[in-house]
Order: sequence, then structure tokens, then C-alpha cells
Amino acid sequence: MTTVSNIPKVQRISGTNMAIRLARFREIGIILLLILIVLGASVVEPSFLKPFNIRTIFLWLPLLTVIAMGEVMVIITKGIDVSVGSTMALAGISVGMIWRQNPSFNIYASTGIAILIGLAAGALNGALIAWAKLPPIIATLGTLNAYRGLTFIVSGGRQIDPNYVPRKIIFWSIKGPFGNEMVPWVVVIAFFITVVTWAFLHYTVTGRNIYAIGGNLNASRLRGVPVEWTIFLVYTITGALAGFSGILYASRFGFVNPGETGVGFELTVIAAVVIGGTSMFGGSGSAFGVFIGCLLLAVINVALAVLGVAATWQLAVYGAVILLAAIADALIQLKLRRAITGE
Amino acid sequence: MVIMHMNANQPPLMATKGICMDFGGVNVLKNIDFEIRSGTIHGLIGENGAGKSTLLKILAGVYQPKSGTILLNGEPIVIHNPHAAGMMGIALIHQEPLTFPDLDVAENIFVGRQPVTNGIPVIDWSNIYRRADNLLKQLGVDLNPHAKVRGMSIADQQMIEIAGALSQNAKILLMDEPTAALTSNEVNKLFNIMRKLRDEGTAIVFISHRLEEMIEISDEITVLRDGEKVGECRPKDISMDDIIQLMVGRKISTLFEKVKGYNIGKPVLEVSGLSRAMKFEDISFDVREGEIVGMAGLIGSGQRDVARALFGTLGIDRGTVKIAGEFVKIRHPRDAVSKGLIYLPEDRQAIGLLMPMSVMHNVTLAALEKFSPGGWLREKEEKAATQEYIDKLRIVLRSMTQPVRELSGGNQQKVALSKWLLTKPKIMILDEPTHGIDVGAKAEVHRLMGELASQGIAILMISSELPEILAMSDRIIVMHEGRITSILEKNEATAEKIMAAATGLINERA
Repeated sequence: MTTVSNIPKVQRISGTNMAIRLARFREIGIILLLILIVLGASVVEPSFLKPFNIRTIFLWLPLLTVIAMGEVMVIITKGIDVSVGSTMALAGISVGMIWRQNPSFNIYASTGIAILIGLAAGALNGALIAWAKLPPIIATLGTLNAYRGLTFIVSGGRQIDPNYVPRKIIFWSIKGPFGNEMVPWVVVIAFFITVVTWAFLHYTVTGRNIYAIGGNLNASRLRGVPVEWTIFLVYTITGALAGFSGILYASRFGFVNPGETGVGFELTVIAAVVIGGTSMFGGSGSAFGVFIGCLLLAVINVALAVLGVAATWQLAVYGAVILLAAIADALIQLKLRRAITGE
Repeated sequence: MVIMHMNANQPPLMATKGICMDFGGVNVLKNIDFEIRSGTIHGLIGENGAGKSTLLKILAGVYQPKSGTILLNGEPIVIHNPHAAGMMGIALIHQEPLTFPDLDVAENIFVGRQPVTNGIPVIDWSNIYRRADNLLKQLGVDLNPHAKVRGMSIADQQMIEIAGALSQNAKILLMDEPTAALTSNEVNKLFNIMRKLRDEGTAIVFISHRLEEMIEISDEITVLRDGEKVGECRPKDISMDDIIQLMVGRKISTLFEKVKGYNIGKPVLEVSGLSRAMKFEDISFDVREGEIVGMAGLIGSGQRDVARALFGTLGIDRGTVKIAGEFVKIRHPRDAVSKGLIYLPEDRQAIGLLMPMSVMHNVTLAALEKFSPGGWLREKEEKAATQEYIDKLRIVLRSMTQPVRELSGGNQQKVALSKWLLTKPKIMILDEPTHGIDVGAKAEVHRLMGELASQGIAILMISSELPEILAMSDRIIVMHEGRITSILEKNEATAEKIMAAATGLINERA
């Protein structure tokens, strides 16, 4: 028997460099994809870059972006909220009912009420998930239906017609700061909310805790992060943003319909968030990435219309883009795992 | 300032008195008195399952002891949770570092206690990066505070956790097998940092399975065995052999039935030069008809990865496998089963059995084609086959339609065995076959193994329990860090020799 002090270790491959390179790929990927689509569309149809089309792209953003800023926080915590479309409709319809009774009701108070209704709806989601420990998909699937049902009950199944929507609110989608018509107020608001979300996620302890919880739940608990409270807060904020979007919807389209407003919208929002580089596995994602994700969906939509592609195709193209993003995500995760653990 | 090490008169910084702990009725710690002094490194050593990690976790507030007291600076205290422990200056460095992969190094150090700018609740990032930089320099670690943690080595992640502990002025550093996943170079670096912290007055508790390094770094050593403190010593007063004796000192249990009366035939499984990057290297051995070969080693030394590679769930880089004298390429469990090689995993709950399904469906699962000529299952034949194995293996159950979940651990293991026996295997790899089942059922499983061997089946048994390895094996393969360090015949094997090979002290095959 021989005694050897140093047995050579099994060789370890350094995967760090490749891992870092891959980790950056996703955000660059969507920016490239965005440029590619814009270039492609403007080569095929030069009128694509006309101011009218650009304005249409901008007007696509607000609804999507505002809710996506909540959804990205939810997904960073490894959760999901599929009730946002119903919450938006519930807030929009409820305020619409006030307008129907009292056409001169203050528009800022209306906005406040819409936000509060969304906040309450989001708080219920948050409580169900944080403290009743329901899986997020189950809790919000339940409230997706419950809130839609409430929308019908509140409205008696009737639409809020354009003549009830205050002119000033519709104006938010027509004119912007200094009377310009290129960038209406709703777009400015959406961009402002993006910046605030970015700052919240980057500069506050709660914002950082959101990343910590999604990155490693167990370690977050051991570090004393208030996990339940943070999760509750994230769903509540998302609800409030969805409630605010009820007003944005009325502004953009001039009506709110209980059976149409926000139906299936949660999927568009989740698509924008995922395309924006947010990992469904939690722990990573950024407000600006998601903004670009929203922009990408808006551009695809308008491009398809300008290129004369039938509206029937649009859903299929969404699906394809979401799948592409998801496949890229899964492949990257797999490669990273290989590089790190050798599995 | 260098504090005198090992001053016996110095009062302990932290101490436990009569700590007891149990998990589901099994005593894990019995009456542990344990003392930690400032400016010392206290080694904690013992076999797998001796209770070392449990003790650390109690000190760090992860578990609450069943009885006994914890004293900090002589005052009895209750540590409600790990966060509270942190506030008291007690930090636990886990074996698998608890880091946040998508956050950068600096933030990982400060999660849960980020500094904010005075007056406004805004995170002071420049302060975070500056302090992180200082902490890393203080530790002498070359890490970029801005780099993301994903993809970093375990050693680097440990440094991040240690920096986190320092950031809150930890006075007691509890380290659960910090060297288990490190290269020898990284271990040296870690030891330098540990010595530096000790000399600055930090109390360090250190768990390791590697005896040599334990003796090299520790000022005091406590040996645990089966949840009891069996020794306390200073490394300079004791030899390595004495420590091994203390660790394995119990009498080999008589519960294990020695199996005899069968003939060992020609090799059925021959493995040569099997290698897989980061997992195992140059694995060569054989198993013969009717032979039980034990595979020993510390948990995570590559035994399970070798088994997975043989069964086709982990790819190999190099090496050959022969079954019954023929070269085979196994890329999928299907290939393995068709060649007569089966693998019984340790984790019955997660991968061994389909817990909600009935006993019968579990038993026939791996051989369904036998019962389904033309694609349709013949339930009558399934029932008959299941009954046969229920009788043969003496499985205790209410009915064969009962979900497997409701059976006891031992009976579940028998169902798992039946499943594979139906495929008429030539070679069985059993991964911790008696883990988590009670003593009576253990003997039963061992009896079965003996019977199977006497029918000519070759058995490769992975086990981290030394008594089981010693009692059951005809030959014993010992692995250490992905390599085979020793192959012992039954008559020459002792617990001490196995432990020495498993801790890397002996490598007769280098």
C-alpha cells in the first residue's frame, strides 16, 4: 500500500467565459431582431417609416408597457399573473359606470379610483399567493375568471359607449406635451412608468429583494428578506398598474366592453416580458428589456398590417416569436448548466 | 494582534450543554456538550450521518434543538432563525453556497442588508461596490465585484459567503464541509484565509471528511459518532489512526446476515478506463457472477455518477464496458435493460417508483412488453407475475392495487426490486439499497441480495454505510474524488482501511 498525499483531481472545465457570453446574448438578440424587422419591413415597404406608422407603433405601447412593468416584477419572483386583462377590464368598466351616472366626474379622481380597484384586485392575488400559498398560476387563473365575472355584474353586461368616455381622457391618446401629436401623453406616461420601474428595481431594497427571491428563495429567507410581504407587494403593484391601464384603454379606444376589453391580453403581456429577456425561471429581467419586448411586439403588429398581412396571421406570428424566445431561453439555461455542473 | 491559541482557561465564546435532536423519532444528536473559543479553529469530524451538519445548523438557528441549552458569552440564548444568528455574529457557510446566480458579486455579499443613502431609501451602490472591494481585498480574493455569480466556481462562491459573514462582523464562522468541492489549490487558499481570520480572533468551526487537512488546520478536534460525542482532542496529541478508530469505533452490527454458499463465476461486468469530465476519471473494475461488490466512499465521490453512466443516464467521455464478455455501448436505460443491467436508485420517492400508482403497475412497469403481445396489456398475466414476486420477496401489503405510497420503506424497496427482477437481469446496481428503511427491513433486503447472488446475479452495491459494505461485499471498491483509490478483498477489508482510502489518505492505485 502506498500513501500519496496529492491525488490529481478530476479535471474541471472552466465554463465561466462561455457562460458570461451566453448570458448577455438574449438582450442583444431582441435588439437585433427589432432592427432586423424594422429594416426588413422598410425595404419591402418604404412607407413603413412614415410618421403615421411610427405614431401607430407608439400608440401600441402604453397598455402593454404599463401592465408589463408589473408582470416583469412578478415573473422575476418566479411567479406569474394571468389575471391582469380581467383586472384592467374591471377597473375600466367600474369607472365607466361612474361616467355613465355623472359625465362631468373629475378625470383625475376617475384615474385614482381605477388604480385603487386594480390595487385591491392585485392585493387579493398577492394574499392568495404569499400567505395562502396557492401556486401563482392557480390563484390568478381563478381571479382571471372571478374579475371578468365581476366586470359583467358591475356593467350588467353593457358596454361603456364612446359618448360616456370623457373627452379629456380621449385627448391623452391624441395630443402630447407641447401640443405635439407624434408622442401623445399616454406614450409619455408609459415611458415614465418604465423609468420609475427601472429605478424601483435598481435602487430600492424591495426592488433588489424581488431579484433575490426569484434567484434563490431559500437563501433569501436565510438572509432575512421579507419574502411573503415582497411577493404580496409585487402582485398588488401589478394589479394597480392593470387598473390604471383600464383608463388607458378607455383613452385609446374610446369604449370599454365587458366581454372584449383585455380578453387574452395577459398572454400578450407575458409574451412581451419573456421576449424582453426575462427568465421564466425567475431571478433575472429588466424594465428596459421588457420595454424593448413591448416595442418589438408593437413593431411586428404594425409591420404585418403595413405589409398587408391579414390580421388572422398576427396571432400565429406572436406565437412563433414567443416560442423562439422561449426556446432560446431554454437552450441557454441548458448550456449554462452544462458549463457549470457538467451535467 | 495574535491571540494565544488553545488557552484552556479562556472561557468559551459559544457553548452547548446537553443538546439533543431528533428527526421523526430518530435520535440524531445525543447530549452534545460542545465549546467554541475565540481565535481557534475547531474541527468537527465523523462518518456520514454522525450529526455534524445538524449540530452546525442548530448553532446557526436553522434547527431548534429538542432539548439542551446554547450559551453565547456564558449567557443562555435562543436562536430563532438564521437571520437572528447573523445579528448575533454567527454565520453559517453552507456546503453548497447559498448565492444568487443572477446578481453580481457585490450584491450577493449584501443581500438582505444593503446600505442605503442617509435619509432616503435609495440603495447606495457606490458604497456597496467600495465595501465589497474592501472585503474581497481583506480576504485576498481576486474577484470582480461587478461580475455575475452564475458560472463561478464553488470556491469563489464560498469566498462571497465568507465576505458576507465579514460584512456583518461575524465572530463565529461555521463551515459545513467547505473543502468538499475544492481543488487542493483552492483548499490552500481557503486555509490561509481561515488562519488569518482565526488570528484576528474569529472562532471557526470546520467540518471535513479529509483527515489530513483536518489535522493540518484545526486547533481542536471533536469526533462525533452516531450523534454522540466520542472524543475531543488536540491534533498534536493524537494520531490519524486514533481518530479513524474513534470515528468507526462501534462494533460491526450483527444484524447483517452474512451470505455464503454460492459460487463466484466469470466476470459479467467489466469496466475499463471509464471517464467523464468533472465527474469521475479512469474507473476500471469488474463484477463476477454471483458476486456482491461493494462500492464505498464519501457521499459524492463519484460512485453514483459511475452507476448512472453504466445505466445510460450520464454520458461518458472515454472508456469501455463489457457485459458477459461483449463490448456494449449504453446510451439509454433501454440499452442497459436489454443487456441485462439494471439500476435501483437511492431515491425511491423521486425516481425509483411511481408512488401514486398501484403495486402491480409498478412491478410490471419495466417489462410491460412481456404482458402486451400485440400492444394490449393482459391484466391476468400481470396479476399472476405480481403475485409471484409478492410471494417470493415476502412483500407485505393489503392488495396489489394498493398505491405504493402506502407501503413501508422496506416493502417499497422490494417492489422496486421486483420491477427489475421481472426483466431477468444479469447485473444489478443497487444504490444505497437500505437507506431510510428500518433495521428489520434492512436484514430482509440483505437476505434477498444474498439469494439473488446465489442465483448467479452479479451485484454492485453502492453504500455509504461501512458496516453494510463490510458485511455484504465479496470485494470492496473505494472511491475518492472521482477515482478508485482501493479495491479490497473481503478478508483484507477493515473499516479503517476503507475510511483511509475514502478520505484520500491511501491511494494504492495511483
